[in-house]
Amino acid sequence: MTLDEQTRPDFPILERVVNGHPLVYLDSAASSQKPRVVMEAMTRYYERTHANVHRSIHTLGEEATELYEAARDRVQRFIGAASREEVVFTRGTTDGLNLLASALGRTLGPGDEILITELEHHSNIVPWQMTARERGAVVRAVPITAEGRLDVAALDRLLGPRTRIVAFAHVSNVLGTILPVSDIAEKARGVGAITVVDGAQAAPHLPLDMSTLDCDFYVFSAHKMLGPTGIGVLYGRRARLERLEPTRGGGEMIKEVWIDRAQWNDLPWRFEPGTPPIAEAVGLTAAIEYLEKLGMDRVAEHERELTRRTLAELTAVPGVRVCGPPADERGAVVAFTVEGLHPHDVAAFLDAEGIAVRAGHHCAQPLMRCLGVVGTARASFSVFNSAEDVTRLARALGGLRNAL
Amino acid sequence: MTDVAVGPRALYSDVIRERWRRPRFRGELTGADAVAEDVNPLCGDRVRVQLALIDGRIEAARFAGDSCAICTASADVVMELATGRDRGAARALTAADVLDVLKTDVRPTRMRCVTLPLGVLTTALAEDGTR
Repeated sequence: MTLDEQTRPDFPILERVVNGHPLVYLDSAASSQKPRVVMEAMTRYYERTHANVHRSIHTLGEEATELYEAARDRVQRFIGAASREEVVFTRGTTDGLNLLASALGRTLGPGDEILITELEHHSNIVPWQMTARERGAVVRAVPITAEGRLDVAALDRLLGPRTRIVAFAHVSNVLGTILPVSDIAEKARGVGAITVVDGAQAAPHLPLDMSTLDCDFYVFSAHKMLGPTGIGVLYGRRARLERLEPTRGGGEMIKEVWIDRAQWNDLPWRFEPGTPPIAEAVGLTAAIEYLEKLGMDRVAEHERELTRRTLAELTAVPGVRVCGPPADERGAVVAFTVEGLHPHDVAAFLDAEGIAVRAGHHCAQPLMRCLGVVGTARASFSVFNSAEDVTRLARALGGLRNAL
Repeated sequence: MTDVAVGPRALYSDVIRERWRRPRFRGELTGADAVAEDVNPLCGDRVRVQLALIDGRIEAARFAGDSCAICTASADVVMELATGRDRGAARALTAADVLDVLKTDVRPTRMRCVTLPLGVLTTALAEDGTR
């Protein structure tokens, strides 16, 4: 049985008919759909357990705390973190990157350099710009080659004694390019820089092991990996987290408070002020259990096969141009353009066929400028996508140009 | 395949398709009196408007830029509707006026495609300091 045959019955949304056609959902890179077990776990939590965590000395409060902290243990194992203290819950990838930009930013001085890449999502560009402006630091970007790979020679040139932070995506949300995380981390360490990895497009699709990736920080969102919106993860190497000053205060993140000062709580709660997304943590646990049951190696192989098929089928459609490297060097994302057509019109036409793709700049305008396009259409995959989905996309695109 | 051929036709009105394929007001105005440009932050679409004004009346209007079919058609209609109007009347143009000409309704998510050219026109008129 193929992975999609096994998983499709678990996703109630796939029963939808959109504009007269059975839904083909190819927008998981923006947000994935959810298996029934995730929704059920969250509903069960609200119906049976809900209370605030860490402070309510009653049965429900204790159960809620257990579930919330169990999610942390689940994440720790899923990403191969050395300890549970290294797993901080955030509201999502953007939230995690902003937290890091402001907290790490406090250690920067005038002339210090933050190195990013040209393929970053805006959420891994703008927070660093804001920090740089505040501290007099400079943001520089490693270029991308014509094939959509990181220009490693340029990386070597740009890394230097002023480089304090190297922030980059594990997988590009447009080109799908998989960046060599451990190689970049090693080079960064060589100049004493801290590495921050945006794992939003990797966590749902690739087996993760923090000890192998060897970066200092790694952030991702639950909602792209079959989990709910509103929760994400910030992994931080313990020694780094311990030296990081929290930038957001409130309940939960303190040990003791006086009128003029406060003592911070232990890791990881130091970085989790306020009531956390508890039901979302429960949903994330269910999503991880679901993915682990399938096996991340099998998930990765299934999506690689879909990507390979998409590259082959789309390349064969006249007027369609795909962006980025070959299938074995990329994640579950294929961006493409159709000659003479604006990506929004392509997406609107595909929607009329029941096919959901993303179109536009994908929050990566600097990369769009490198590619010399206003935007692209983008098909992205998850465990429930089938070979038939790819064929329907290619067939619709084949008819699209004639229809205009 | 017939499905595919029919779908897109039903999606955009004939006027949108005609205006998008053969816009009448796309181009440059040499020595324009007022120029403005803006982008749609949602999609990165860019529209530039150039106006020739005489005594506060729009004598000629042209647009340029990269945009989708709806936005291009809207820009073309906005230029046509603006031509011959004085500043006040041109500023009073609404999305409803444009949709009337396009003979269509658009979904809320595409409304920005219709309103971007209107916004750029208003900016051009506001920033024009001449005559």
